Amino acid sequence: MFKRLTSSIQSIGHGFIEYTWQFGFACRFFILILLKSAVSLRRFGLVMRELYFVGVMSLIIILVSGLFVGMVLGLQGYETLQKFGSETAVGTLVALSLVRELGPVVAALLFASRAGSAITAEIGLMKATEQLAAMGMMAVDPIARIVAPRFWAGVISMPFLAAMFSVMGVFGGYLVTVVYIGVDAGSFWSQMQSNVDFHYDIVNGFIKSCFFGVAVATIAVFQGYDAAPTAEGVSRATTRTVVTSALVILGLDFILTAFMFRGVS
Amino acid sequence: MSSDALIEINNLNFSYGARPILKGINMSMHRGKVIAIMGGSGSGKTTLLRLISGAVKPSAGYVKFDNQVIHELKRDELFKLRRKMGMQFQFGALFTDLSVFDNVAFQIREHTDLPEPMIRDLVLMKLHAVGLRGAHELMPGELSGGMARRVALARSIALDPALIMYDEPFTGLDPISLSVIGSLIRRLTNALGMTSIIVTHDVQESLKIVDYVYFVADGVIAAEGTPQEVRESVKPFVHQFVHGKEDGPVHFHYPANAYQTDLNLEGKLV
Repeated sequence: MFKRLTSSIQSIGHGFIEYTWQFGFACRFFILILLKSAVSLRRFGLVMRELYFVGVMSLIIILVSGLFVGMVLGLQGYETLQKFGSETAVGTLVALSLVRELGPVVAALLFASRAGSAITAEIGLMKATEQLAAMGMMAVDPIARIVAPRFWAGVISMPFLAAMFSVMGVFGGYLVTVVYIGVDAGSFWSQMQSNVDFHYDIVNGFIKSCFFGVAVATIAVFQGYDAAPTAEGVSRATTRTVVTSALVILGLDFILTAFMFRGVS
Repeated sequence: MSSDALIEINNLNFSYGARPILKGINMSMHRGKVIAIMGGSGSGKTTLLRLISGAVKPSAGYVKFDNQVIHELKRDELFKLRRKMGMQFQFGALFTDLSVFDNVAFQIREHTDLPEPMIRDLVLMKLHAVGLRGAHELMPGELSGGMARRVALARSIALDPALIMYDEPFTGLDPISLSVIGSLIRRLTNALGMTSIIVTHDVQESLKIVDYVYFVADGVIAAEGTPQEVRESVKPFVHQFVHGKEDGPVHFHYPANAYQTDLNLEGKLV
């Protein structure tokens, strides 16, 4: 009994130390990426190529999801607001929910699942098949040539994807409440226009998505680079990217929201 | 050790933690020669290549490449030196997102400012040397194992290095591809005047093309000599390795307790 207790305490301690090491490595890796980004930024074609795979290829899932999330928000919002006779405020509700929270958060979660996992798997497989080692042997730094362009592609595309998600969501809400249910279009748009503040809501949402972009891109490239060079190692790393990204996005969202929207009047 | 050696290895020691891998290795590799490093799995052959390329540092001794001690170089200096080295990995390690042409052009584009038409000519010449000029538009996934190694070879010689290291170049190849790769290594070494180091298990194929052989066992050089000397050697280890004998100084059985002890038959009548 005592032995089992000590062994479980040991395993908790071991896990904690392991995660602390991982966190330290990830932070060091993040700084290394920043230091070695000059090549990527000088040869922007490398980033552009990754932007296509990471950003453009994620558009479909982001747009379709945004549309459906907006439609659901419209339905649920109308259902609740009509009880209080304020169904015309549904436009405001849809826009604020999307721009402040759901746009950045859900887009980041989808981005982590679609693009983050792909980045991890790609870098992990390159490691497993010795492509990264071969690059090092050719006197080409893999962090500068492979990791940094993918990192910047993730960072750049995330805010745009979040914005597209919100735009499609608002359109979805419009389709359901105005076109399908019959809420007055003028009220829908004018209430939205008067209640959504550019700096307070849209810019803050944009800043959030930038943070999420940095977090997801860092996690994705780090997990790929740190993956054990085996099929199992790559599969574990891909899973870790999705799980860690989801937790970090949600945790970071709470912290950012607490800082940004404290003075809600 | 003569001064025209491209690589000098002196009293080289390397260990992973407390486990020694290489113990006091001495080697000398000359320009224009093909040298084979042979030995059983886990004998430290690939580690030796990693030490020569500066991927790991020795715990004692040194590797000198072109009169520069590798482990004393700073990262930038090491990367500069690596431009004179090529390395061929076991399965080619071609960049899977680039075509055959772009794989061979990779190093040229990264390290030179040559205009694209000149890069095109250079790449096609390198691919022609390995017989794959016609395959320059293919992707790595469309190549056979032997073709992938030939492309990797063309990529290794893209900047005309002074040294190429081959890690198990013959593994998993059919007899024709095996013979093609073997003769390419020899021909390119002669034509470019470079040094080739082959880490291999394939005794018969490599003895046909190499100038000198080192046998590594238990972290030390167990034997060395020309292919002729190796074939005629009566040293038990070399004889076992060259002729593929099942038992000898390298035992068939991994060290274990007495068989009867493990089967709980001690003291019992069988």
